[in-house]
Amino acid sequence: MNILVILIPVSLILGLIGLLTFVWTVRTGQYDDVKGAAERVLIEEDLEGNSTEYSSDNKG
Amino acid sequence: MNMEATDMQQNLRKEDVHQKEIPEGKKIYLSLPGIRCAACIAKVERQLMAIDGVFKAHVNLSRKRVEVTATSIPIEDLIDQLKFSGIEALALDASMLANLQDNEAKRLSIRLAVAGFAMMNVMLLSVANWSGAGGATRELFHLISAAIALPAALYSAQPFFKNAWAALRNWSINMDVPISLAIFLASFLSLFETLNGGEQVYFDAALSLTFFLLLGRYLDHVTRQSARSAAQDLSALQVHTADRVSDGLIERVATSTLKIDDIVQIATGMRVPVDGHLQDRPMMIDRSILNGETTPVLISAGEMVHAGEVNVGAMGQISVSTLGHNSTLQRLSELITSAENQRNTYTNLADRAARIYAPAVHILAALAFLSWLAISGDPRLAINIAIAVLIITCPCALGLAVPTVSVAAIGKLFTKGFLVKDGAALERLAQVNLCVFDKTGTLTMAVPQVAIANLSETEKSIALALAQGSYHPLSQALANALNKVTPATVEELEEVIGAGVQARYESQMAKLGNGTWLKADFCGFGLKIGKRKPREIPVSETLRPGVQPMISGLKKSGLAVNILSGDRFENAEAIGKVLGISSIISEVDAEEKHAILTELSTVGHKVLMVGDGLNDTAALAAAYASIAPASALDASRNAADIVVLREDFGDLPSVISIARSAVRLSKQNFFIAACYNLVAVPLALLGLATPLMAAIAMSASSLTVLLNALRVKYVT
Repeated sequence: MNILVILIPVSLILGLIGLLTFVWTVRTGQYDDVKGAAERVLIEEDLEGNSTEYSSDNKG
Repeated sequence: MNMEATDMQQNLRKEDVHQKEIPEGKKIYLSLPGIRCAACIAKVERQLMAIDGVFKAHVNLSRKRVEVTATSIPIEDLIDQLKFSGIEALALDASMLANLQDNEAKRLSIRLAVAGFAMMNVMLLSVANWSGAGGATRELFHLISAAIALPAALYSAQPFFKNAWAALRNWSINMDVPISLAIFLASFLSLFETLNGGEQVYFDAALSLTFFLLLGRYLDHVTRQSARSAAQDLSALQVHTADRVSDGLIERVATSTLKIDDIVQIATGMRVPVDGHLQDRPMMIDRSILNGETTPVLISAGEMVHAGEVNVGAMGQISVSTLGHNSTLQRLSELITSAENQRNTYTNLADRAARIYAPAVHILAALAFLSWLAISGDPRLAINIAIAVLIITCPCALGLAVPTVSVAAIGKLFTKGFLVKDGAALERLAQVNLCVFDKTGTLTMAVPQVAIANLSETEKSIALALAQGSYHPLSQALANALNKVTPATVEELEEVIGAGVQARYESQMAKLGNGTWLKADFCGFGLKIGKRKPREIPVSETLRPGVQPMISGLKKSGLAVNILSGDRFENAEAIGKVLGISSIISEVDAEEKHAILTELSTVGHKVLMVGDGLNDTAALAAAYASIAPASALDASRNAADIVVLREDFGDLPSVISIARSAVRLSKQNFFIAACYNLVAVPLALLGLATPLMAAIAMSASSLTVLLNALRVKYVT
């Protein structure tokens, strides 16, 4: 039964990683626009190589 | 409450208007009703980013809206830029969009995730214990469970603790009191058992209780939030501005910044933003939104105009006379508030159940504790049994009984085009026995119908040219009816206040207006070309689509139907005859409508009020349940329980039947939950209950209740 000393912490840590990832996705607003995110992958990037969403960064 | 509704549709004299500037670096929200794909997102964002001064533009496709961060640029520039590339954009009033981010839903979902994570891990450890782990292993597992369960329960169950505390402080009791007590006691007594090497702990029960109940709470919140944000979007679309005249210049300002004696210009077709006295020329005013009267009235200089009325004649100016307390809008909103307060005394099904249930559970647990203490003399055994009773009876299924049904029912109604504001509205709707309808804008469409069959082709094209020169509802209706005709070329088009429109057509005078002005033998609406005999254009009110099947459907389900209209008796009676409604009350104003509704409820009627005007608002709030069409003013939509997003009212009887079956299913759910208790409670009282039993009973009853709730889908 000594294996439990390793297995229980391992299972707890794996679960905790999943939980923290979920909390992170909620906090960063990744569920605010689910439909939009699905469509955005289809947007072609500009020739300059900046996506429309972040084009403000390259704006003079 | 903001009721000043300004129609933004008119772009008249835009060059005269000093455009409203956006404060630096501020966020602007535009509604984009037409966008639906990646191409639209890219186009909108690229177009907006191309404007100087725009830092960031981000489209939210789910909410069909774009958030723009920019320096001071007129909001009209953004809209024009999008319009140029074929995208319809509407300004949203940012202050009306109270919850731009739904933080409460985010917090609830994190709590739900924590409870779920903890529940699954503790359940794994518990399974080992139930299958026979003993000695040091069991004690270790109990300790690990405690380490996971206690912080998780304390964090996740906070919404229940808060509500329970709020209720206890007011000397009342709600469903959250037994829930909190069960979670709290189960966690801490299990901790005590763990530290003293006890055999049975209830950590998994405490956590699954938290998880299932949070799930119900989350579903409830999300549905209500989506209904609320849709309603907010509708309100935010009406930006409250007025065109103030100062030193000969016209400036568009927020209505709230106006002062007494300011001069405000009311363009043709615009809604009057504040109460005021008419300055110079007479003005044609459509008061239908205030009193339900369909015929516009002519008012002369010095007379009063009220906020919410529409100028259908030539442009005019008013001086602001009343603001705040004394204004028409304020008086109405006070009436609404008092009516709403009366309705808030309604206790919903879940709370009524809790009032019987919570004391019963507490008494049962206390009795179990006392009798076991008397029998065995062992306080630890007695308290363990009392906790088992609390957990077994704990309203896991009871907590889910109502929210799961309302979520399913509200979701179903939303797909039918009905926006239900909360679950309690459904319960009230299920009990109504009398329907009261407003006429103008509810049973009938706001736009009247004109018969054009007896006009010749030339007459049609002249009539259209004339009609296009006026904002009078009849002219607008005529222009709509003639939309397939090419207008004739006319000159010197002029609107004659209180009479009609006239213009020169090939050296003849053509007139469109009322019969007296045309010197005709009829007094209604007509057309006269040159010296020819005037032609009458018959006018009738259009029924809203689906109204006839709706009325017969309502009667079939045993409801009485009344008409309560501000319009003249003849008009109300004509509509009543078509629809087969005999009890009609007409020529009543907002206060009288409210009084009639209050009287009906004191006689014992449970009234469903359906209306759209400002004059219906107080009545909507006073009614037992209320429905408003989406075309209604935001004040009416706010006062109503349900907003109909479609033009068609035909589905209304099925809304009532869905509400009724939702209440029936909720009651069934209570019964199912009670049945589980009936079996499990005696076992718990006898001290035979184990944590395994509690876990099985809890999940099984929750699942049954959930599945039963889904049956709402099959109601037609």
